[in-house]
Amino acid sequence: MSPKATLAGIHFMNGDEAIAEGAIAAGCRFFAAYPITPQSEIAERLAWRLPRVGGTFIQMEDEIAAMAAVVGGAWGGAKAMTATSGPGFSLMMENLGLAIMTETPCVLVNVQRGAPSTGLPTAVGQGDMMQARWGSHGHYEIIALVPASPQEAFDLTVRAFSLAERFRVPVLLMTDEVVGHMYERVEIPDEVPIAPRRRPTVPPSEFVPFAPGPDLVPPMACAGEGYRVHVTGLTHDERGYPDMSDGAHDRLVRRLCDKILRYRNEITFYEEVGLDDAEIAVVSYGISARVAYGAIARAREAGIKAGMLRLITAWPFPDERVRALADQVKGIVVVELNLGQMSREVERAIQGKVPLVGVFHAGGRIHTPEEVLAGIEEVAGCR
Amino acid sequence: MQVKTKPAPEIVPGARHPMEKYLRTDRLPHIWCSGCGLGTVLGNFLYAVDELGWDPDKVAVVSGIGCTGRIAGYLKLDTYHTTHGRAIAFATGLKLANPNLHVAVISGDGDLFAIGGNHLIHAARRNIDLTVVCVNNFNYGMTGGQVGPTTPLEGRTTTTPFGNFEHPFNLVHLAASAGASYVARWTTLDGRRLQKGLVEAMAHNGFTFVEVISPCPTNYGRRNRLGEGLDELRYYAEHAVIRHGADPREAEIVPGKRFLVGKFIEVDKPTYHEMYAAKVAEMTGGKT
Ligand SMILES: Cc1ncc(C[n+]2csc(CCOP(=O)(O)OP(=O)(O)O)c2C)c(N)n1
Ligand code: SF4
Ligand SMILES: [Mg+2]
Repeated sequence: MSPKATLAGIHFMNGDEAIAEGAIAAGCRFFAAYPITPQSEIAERLAWRLPRVGGTFIQMEDEIAAMAAVVGGAWGGAKAMTATSGPGFSLMMENLGLAIMTETPCVLVNVQRGAPSTGLPTAVGQGDMMQARWGSHGHYEIIALVPASPQEAFDLTVRAFSLAERFRVPVLLMTDEVVGHMYERVEIPDEVPIAPRRRPTVPPSEFVPFAPGPDLVPPMACAGEGYRVHVTGLTHDERGYPDMSDGAHDRLVRRLCDKILRYRNEITFYEEVGLDDAEIAVVSYGISARVAYGAIARAREAGIKAGMLRLITAWPFPDERVRALADQVKGIVVVELNLGQMSREVERAIQGKVPLVGVFHAGGRIHTPEEVLAGIEEVAGCR
Repeated sequence: MQVKTKPAPEIVPGARHPMEKYLRTDRLPHIWCSGCGLGTVLGNFLYAVDELGWDPDKVAVVSGIGCTGRIAGYLKLDTYHTTHGRAIAFATGLKLANPNLHVAVISGDGDLFAIGGNHLIHAARRNIDLTVVCVNNFNYGMTGGQVGPTTPLEGRTTTTPFGNFEHPFNLVHLAASAGASYVARWTTLDGRRLQKGLVEAMAHNGFTFVEVISPCPTNYGRRNRLGEGLDELRYYAEHAVIRHGADPREAEIVPGKRFLVGKFIEVDKPTYHEMYAAKVAEMTGGKT
């Protein structure tokens, strides 16, 4: 078999496989993970694919090791990814913090399932959205993307790698069991936009490893390139040397946040469905949004002007767009497979200007269109 | 082994460390206590790197967290001070992503054998081409001297105020059983031998392990009436017995009794990377 990196063409594949192909197309050549349902198809496909394209697949001894190896792999010069589900996501949180603090580009996929704990290993959930935001320790900003289809799983995996390189951050892909396992048409283009690693532009003698450029992101010198960088999870100065002062800490944490916040308009993607004339807005994401499309169509048939803001980027949250929505519509319905996580962000953004109805389910199955429709009718005052 | 007590050398103005080219001198002085063995380990590691004659740009050092974990930060190499216990997992990624690097992990007994024990045994089993240097000071130095997986029975620590009643690990035996292809143990008194052991370990293909018995006068020594750092070196001189090729099971360390140092294991077997490459060649008919 010729080692073709990008399987350009039209495929029938599930979301997990699309993520694996998206990673390879984006140039990922290091993948470390630990098996967990419903992520396993990502690992299995990469175990088959990566060795043929000159990459490394390794099944580590646990998810702590997987995340640590990914951070190490990125410093070894590779584009690196791991994938897991709830329990493993929790185990990755410490080294996610290391990746944030050391400004390590990498991608972490969470195929969400029913939780807490072992919960529903084979069934859908969206209960890790807040863990994605705040699950590691300390104050930080994070980029989290949420695909609603296998095609989008491919596209957003590619985009996750670009964002990771551009901002030198770990990027989360927060998918779910149903998107992971459902088969749909996936079109893989001949070429995908690949963001290169931001390399030093000066010789080692002049290089200051953590001195940020004008966009607050420092260039990255990997191991073996002659720059001899010290990388630490301790609070550090621009040389990368530990600095235990509160001033250095405040400065560093602010820069790590600001490098994302300053560009949030370029990071925060969403889809607008019939919002132009909408009086009721559904806010949803991932598989829950897929169900909401149908409910909106049925609401329109029943004479309710419903639309949807489908979050593609969950974090940073599109505050401004949701705030503007509150000035336009009469009510908002949040649909998600948890008992209210992103809805808290919506509440925060709309500041009580319009009523909000949550269509929540703890997971195990997706919503029915009827449940979403009932929520739309409730907030529209039809019930 | 004989140690003659000499007066402490004066700090000579303008004197330079012979291995200064590998040091981040702008980070000195270091944070370690006087009498601590960590400076010796750092020095010997640098002499070993120098003796190997490798391009320093291709040598990377990964540490976990602890007093020992701070070694990485003083080395003018590509150095990674990671998370507690995860240095080996990080180093696995670093090495596999760039097999041209020589990667050494230097960390403490708690880091490598308590919180990070699982990574150590699996990296040894896979025979990842890494050299792991474990500085065993019989306790958690950095956090104030708590009990660790190598604290001997009856050892006094801040969390075993009545004496330790947990059985300790024999690190040599553990590393050997997990599959390490080279296993040695030295003390910080054995400067030259330690240097030679580090050279051998780093030059050896595969997962190699060097335990360094090292004084922690501030925490372990003080609570266990071992005296100053120098007194602990005297203790090593009286109790360490060199026996190459000894059975790792006999490498237990019991306070007041003689203990074994030397080279225990040196075997050749294919590394993870070589096995992976062979599999890829087999699968693709060599046409990657
Ligand atoms: C996850 C986590 N748990 C606990 C700690 C606190 N901690 C820092 S160093 C250390 C022990 C270090 O002991 P050892 O590895 O033996 O190194 P030494 O200081 O003795 O050289 C601990 C428990 C931490 N940094 N991270
Ligand atoms: S606490 Fe112990 S190990 Fe740490 S620097 Fe002091 S003497 Fe060395
Ligand atoms: Mg210790």
